[in-house]
Amino acid sequence: MVLLTRTAGALHRRPRLRLSLLLAAPLLWLAVLYLGSLTVLFVSAFWTTNSFTSEVVKVWSTANFRELFTTPVFRQVILRSVGVALAVTVLCAVIAFPVAFYTARVARPRWRPLLVVAILTPLWASYLVKVYAWRLILSEGGLADWMLKPFGSSGPGFGLTAAVLTLTYLWLPYMILPIHTALEQLPGNLLDASADLGARAGRTFRSVVLPMVLPSVAAGSIFTFSLSLGDYITVQIVGGKTQLIGNLVYSNIELNLPMAAALGTVPVVVIVLYLLAMRRTGALSSL
Amino acid sequence: MEGSAIRLHHLRKSFGETTAVAGIDLEIRDGEFFSMLGPSGSGKTTVLRLIAGFETPTEGRIELAGQEVTGLAPFERDVHTVFQDYALFPHMSVEQNVAYALKVRGVPRAERAVRARKALGEVRLEGFGRRRPAQLSGGQRQRVALARALVGRPRVLLLDEPLGALDLKLREEMQVELKALQREVGITFVLVTHDQQEALTMSDRIAVFHQGRIEQVGTPAEIYERPATPFVASFVGTSNLLEGDTARRIVGMAGTYSVRPEKIRILKESAQSDEPEHASATGTVAEVVYLGDATRFLVDLDGGGRLTALQQNLETSSEDVAAYRGARVRLQWHRRHAVAVPPH
Repeated sequence: MVLLTRTAGALHRRPRLRLSLLLAAPLLWLAVLYLGSLTVLFVSAFWTTNSFTSEVVKVWSTANFRELFTTPVFRQVILRSVGVALAVTVLCAVIAFPVAFYTARVARPRWRPLLVVAILTPLWASYLVKVYAWRLILSEGGLADWMLKPFGSSGPGFGLTAAVLTLTYLWLPYMILPIHTALEQLPGNLLDASADLGARAGRTFRSVVLPMVLPSVAAGSIFTFSLSLGDYITVQIVGGKTQLIGNLVYSNIELNLPMAAALGTVPVVVIVLYLLAMRRTGALSSL
Repeated sequence: MEGSAIRLHHLRKSFGETTAVAGIDLEIRDGEFFSMLGPSGSGKTTVLRLIAGFETPTEGRIELAGQEVTGLAPFERDVHTVFQDYALFPHMSVEQNVAYALKVRGVPRAERAVRARKALGEVRLEGFGRRRPAQLSGGQRQRVALARALVGRPRVLLLDEPLGALDLKLREEMQVELKALQREVGITFVLVTHDQQEALTMSDRIAVFHQGRIEQVGTPAEIYERPATPFVASFVGTSNLLEGDTARRIVGMAGTYSVRPEKIRILKESAQSDEPEHASATGTVAEVVYLGDATRFLVDLDGGGRLTALQQNLETSSEDVAAYRGARVRLQWHRRHAVAVPPH
């Protein structure tokens, strides 16, 4: 007991020691497992393979990256992946805004927590279950076809569109939640003030609501963008023959590990660039 | 020409079961500094919000400069508001905040900038245009809110407890400044406040609110010196109410009378005035409260009841006044200072 008190006292007088003890374990975890594996990934991207045995040859070379940027297929897949991630992000933002506006400002305060829970429940369901559900919806003669039939149209079928739709569904809660929070915290008297100074609803939305909520949209987009960019299962299930970066990594991992590593570096770099861009909007401080 | 800026007819507002405004009639004249004074929950803020258009009345009509505006949205009324917590747009610079009303109206950019700068000058904030509201002190934000509401030169400016968040010193400065600003721009100001001193300092006329009704409308002097109800007498300044037996004994007539503490002189018990115009009563000093510039004496009267008397500390110090505790005294005042208050 005395020893305990004494240790506690000693720690109290040495805030730096206290902090380093507190952070030692998580920092070790972060450094070794997270940054360590990223380094391994990055370093191995500069190796090559023996084309007969598929064995990794640890010779320093930038051949993989050169191939990445010169082979049209790779370039296409990279651009397609970024395009999908951007499309999913835009769709999520467009859908999430009205939903969040309803849950945060229109719905009765009593119902708001329930609505938030309802938005979050899909996150508790298995990823695969949800993607297969979309496979059923989008399959030939499935729900999408059946619903669009009266309009003389049919569902998109499996392919790029299907992948974008499914990914949008999957990551939508990550976009709704930050926007909901931002709208909920938006002081009501700012809206009153805007109306008082002569602004109609549309002007108030453009000049007050949107600029104040934009950082949260950017914060949500970090989730939707990076999750979409890293995904390769959804596109396998509903994407038909569509290939994204993840699929290329997956198919290279057995035969050409260094190439897979080089491909894997691409989304990491893209996401770092995206984060840097979003930081300027103030998104990181509203996470 | 003196027209009316605002006219309220039988205005009522209920929120579910509770009635916030219980049917009031009021006329606010063009160009006057009008205060709505009352304790919290007396309905004064609700009336302000009804005038601004943030709430719609349950019953009654609102006229603005002779035009009925009862059903109009806030942006359709020529009324701007200074909010209690200022409600400045945090993502805009000070100048953008001030220019907002002009931008909404489609005033060209160059003219906007000129007028916004002029408005900032009026509230003595030249050179602050590029800052963000978060970089300003409370008093400065208050001025920005004022400039923002004034830049469009509305017919009426509504002020919702605008000085409530400022410390005493700044508040007193701003009271003087607000009054000067109002004279300068000539716009009708309607101020909501619970601070009677603030209302007395700035207003041309005051309406005293109590439980959703107006108890009295009048100039500061009328409100203070001729309170129309016991509530007004006790809410505006401190007041001694003489009622029932006490009134009959001291004033000589039945009724309710109000005597302001500063009108009462404290004399030796033996001192007896032969002035027929003087009323007096004897008692024992129960408590002495030293206030710095003045001292408040609570005196238990011999016949029952308690009066508060206020004396300036012209020559007395805190030690002198402390000696009064428990002393026998005679309280004396001029009869015209015992004002008959109509019972409720």
